[in-house]
Amino acid sequence: MAEHTLLGGTEDHDLTKLAEYRAIGGYGAGLDRARAMTSDELIDELQKATLRGRGGAGFPMGRKASLIDRKNAKPKYLVVNADESEPGAFKDRQVMATVPHRLIEGCLIAAHAIESKDVFIYIRGEYLTEYEILAAAVEEARKAGLLGAVEITVHRGAGAYICGEETALLESLEGKRGQPRPRPPFPPIQGLYMAPTQINNVCTIATVPLILDMGAEAFAKTGVPSSPGTAIFSVSGNVVRPGNYELPLGTPMRTLIYDHAGGIADGRELKAVIPGGSSVPALTPDQIDVPLDYDSLGAIGTFFGAASLIVVDDRCCMVQLALRSTKFYMHESCGKCTPCRVGTRWMVQILESIENGTATRADLDLLENVGDNILGKVLCALGEFAVYPVDSYLKKWRPEFVAHVDGGGCPFHGSSSLEGILAPSDQHSGMHTKLEVLV
Amino acid sequence: MSAFYDEVQKIRERYPEGSRSAALPALRLAQERHGYLSREALEEAADALDVTPAFCYSVATFYDMFHLEPVGTHTIEICTNLPCGLCGAQKVVEAFEEALGIKAGETTEDGNVTLKAVECLGGCGYATVVAVDHRYRHHVKPEDAAGIVEGLDG
Repeated sequence: MAEHTLLGGTEDHDLTKLAEYRAIGGYGAGLDRARAMTSDELIDELQKATLRGRGGAGFPMGRKASLIDRKNAKPKYLVVNADESEPGAFKDRQVMATVPHRLIEGCLIAAHAIESKDVFIYIRGEYLTEYEILAAAVEEARKAGLLGAVEITVHRGAGAYICGEETALLESLEGKRGQPRPRPPFPPIQGLYMAPTQINNVCTIATVPLILDMGAEAFAKTGVPSSPGTAIFSVSGNVVRPGNYELPLGTPMRTLIYDHAGGIADGRELKAVIPGGSSVPALTPDQIDVPLDYDSLGAIGTFFGAASLIVVDDRCCMVQLALRSTKFYMHESCGKCTPCRVGTRWMVQILESIENGTATRADLDLLENVGDNILGKVLCALGEFAVYPVDSYLKKWRPEFVAHVDGGGCPFHGSSSLEGILAPSDQHSGMHTKLEVLV
Repeated sequence: MSAFYDEVQKIRERYPEGSRSAALPALRLAQERHGYLSREALEEAADALDVTPAFCYSVATFYDMFHLEPVGTHTIEICTNLPCGLCGAQKVVEAFEEALGIKAGETTEDGNVTLKAVECLGGCGYATVVAVDHRYRHHVKPEDAAGIVEGLDG
């Protein structure tokens, strides 16, 4: 492969076509190398690459593969998480739409590592066009005999953010309501159909062919030592050129926002950056020199997350931002754990009262208190995703919250960019109305 | 047996025996046939999946893309999550409301179009994203609403 990047080759080739992907070296030397290795050798190679999961948690992919219970008599499964639903994230979609064969080749290599013959790609239901492209690419690869004994099934979701959570995804793939499972057991021991299962994000798996092609040692030298490789960064919100930018990990956030994405749009000032998708703590303008890698973002109290930056300019009211964000997490809470199901509703009610000027200063403490009673008390991270951002807005932009309370209303006087923004939870009738009465 | 039943059996073959993994594909097919998941549609899916209608109902109520009430022939879904919201999605919602003469969440009287605000569609860099009959339109502006509505089949 000429260029070792995820989106490499897409400028000059239509890589949705098998022939063109092969013309740039796809399904070539790298795949042959992987197939010539034993499972142990391949896992060792993947561990040496220290590729960290691109879905959000950043867990090393090779180590995950090493945890698979390969001695288990049950089939081993590889599941690709293509349920990209984090507000701000649109990178997996571009990979599936433009380089589907790189993802498929990654599946074949990763499946070989864990001795799996069954791969499921769980794609969010809304991604219809991407599903069609990916399913056609799988079919083309199958007809060309490239899949060998491996079966790849593209399975469509039906609209639920929670199904991006790995155990909820497994439940959904088993045909049930997508509600997270208690852990342990963890998926490498008991996952899909209670069998050992490896679950990785689209970008993680699509990076695997690059590792095999260039060699783990060479790959580990790219990016930064703690986070090698490139990542596709999704940039959205108030910038001049929003879009996906594939850059080496460790690139300063300022470079991405100002050089690549063209800086803040409409001549406005930067107010906040939510760096990993809407679920992570926001950063203030003085923090954007941070290198974009897992450890550097972690060191300043936020997360790399889904490598998705939402850039917010000075027109936005942070209470409205918190309210709209929390309405999303309330809507998407699966309802299994009470702190998340009820707590997100309480957060919405408190934030509404702050926004409309009926809250007191004690309500700001109450908002924090409700958050504290969700954190660590739920089965999966969704509850925490509702709390982390709001907690950061409250701490870093506290004067704005206080101004709402003391002034008896929103100081933005109808000029905020999120003014009056409708949420799906505002418009539902019938069942949802009845549920609201229950809490 | 019906063509629907046969199609579901074909889907079931892709998954291990005894699993219910074909539930989402089967419900999607049933919805396509009936327009929404009516009692009859849920019973048909249950029969083909060899599960109870109650199981199908419990699954269908969990997912946003399954409709338990009739919806319009066409759907217009506007993303109003943060990235689209920051770039003016509310004005796009209002333009569609005006073009259709209904509020978001409603269906036109003739049953032709359902208008909805939806959560993030995964097109944040191309705000505002509007899914028209499940196909994404990018960079939709308020002034595009009337033309999109006119372009729908009566």
